[in-house]
Amino acid sequence: MIDKRFKIANKIFKSRLIVGTGKYKSFSECAKAIKTSGADIVTVAVRRVNISNKNKARLMDYIDPKKITYLPNTAGCFTAEDAIRTLRLAREIGGWKLVKLEVLGDKRNLFPEMIETLRSTELLTKEGFKVMVYCNDDPLMAKRLENAGAVAIMPLAAPIGSGLGIQNKVNIKIIRKQTKLPLIIDAGIGQASDASIAMELGCDGVLINTAIAKAKNPSQMAEAMKLAVISGRKSYLSGRINPNLFGSASTTNKGII
Amino acid sequence: MNIKNKIKITVNGKQMQIIPKFTLKSLITKLKMPLNKIAIELNKKIIDKNRISKIRLKKGDKIEIVHFIGGG
Repeated sequence: MIDKRFKIANKIFKSRLIVGTGKYKSFSECAKAIKTSGADIVTVAVRRVNISNKNKARLMDYIDPKKITYLPNTAGCFTAEDAIRTLRLAREIGGWKLVKLEVLGDKRNLFPEMIETLRSTELLTKEGFKVMVYCNDDPLMAKRLENAGAVAIMPLAAPIGSGLGIQNKVNIKIIRKQTKLPLIIDAGIGQASDASIAMELGCDGVLINTAIAKAKNPSQMAEAMKLAVISGRKSYLSGRINPNLFGSASTTNKGII
Repeated sequence: MNIKNKIKITVNGKQMQIIPKFTLKSLITKLKMPLNKIAIELNKKIIDKNRISKIRLKKGDKIEIVHFIGGG
């Protein structure tokens, strides 16, 4: 089966792996990991410039936004107003309209505040943003986001940065069945096999930050994730066998001596 | 310029003193900020970067200058 192109808001991307740029030891380590990951979208955050240290290195000096698509996020926002302010600023830096909305409701578990998330999706869409939405794995909420104009549904696999892997495969499968929008697992991936499972569930992509950035060897883990995403996708498209409780011999008994 | 004539503004949460009629462009230049890598808010309103030479700062103005950092 030939794979269809990975398309978000009518733009085609080569890699189904999206990589976060937070938590790395240095910008150079981050840039190296992004390169080996093969990602052509990276998430970035909007923050105050340090005005007392003018010579401090900047992310944009290491990762060229002309070569890699920057996906500005709303990390740290707890209301729709915060999120809109942040993304308007992001748009002003360089005209980005494709954005990742993330409105949190609890500082400890970092779960998305879905009422504010839905409201933000509506407001941002009206303003012309193409909104990829970080959300919980609730199929009903995913549907409402879709109706509100989201361009991608991005449910968590587990809490942000937890590395717990996919906790609720059933919900992800249900969301997959009900939407034609790009479905991207965002948050909770811990190791390469988690990324493969996400793709085998029929997701269109995976967004990974902590599992790469905090690995002992981020660049190598980035490559592992790249391969896992490719492998999981191919596995999904190939049509798996039906699971069976009993064995089925691989060798025929015909001609046995 | 007499120090008494200086006006106080806030940039990224920090107080700064500038001479009256100082423009937003002069501030960005003074801070050595690369214009293509930042966005500017003046009193919570986003400022078109092409217009900063026309904006004169006033006493009590609150300016936010932001850029992209690493994030997930």
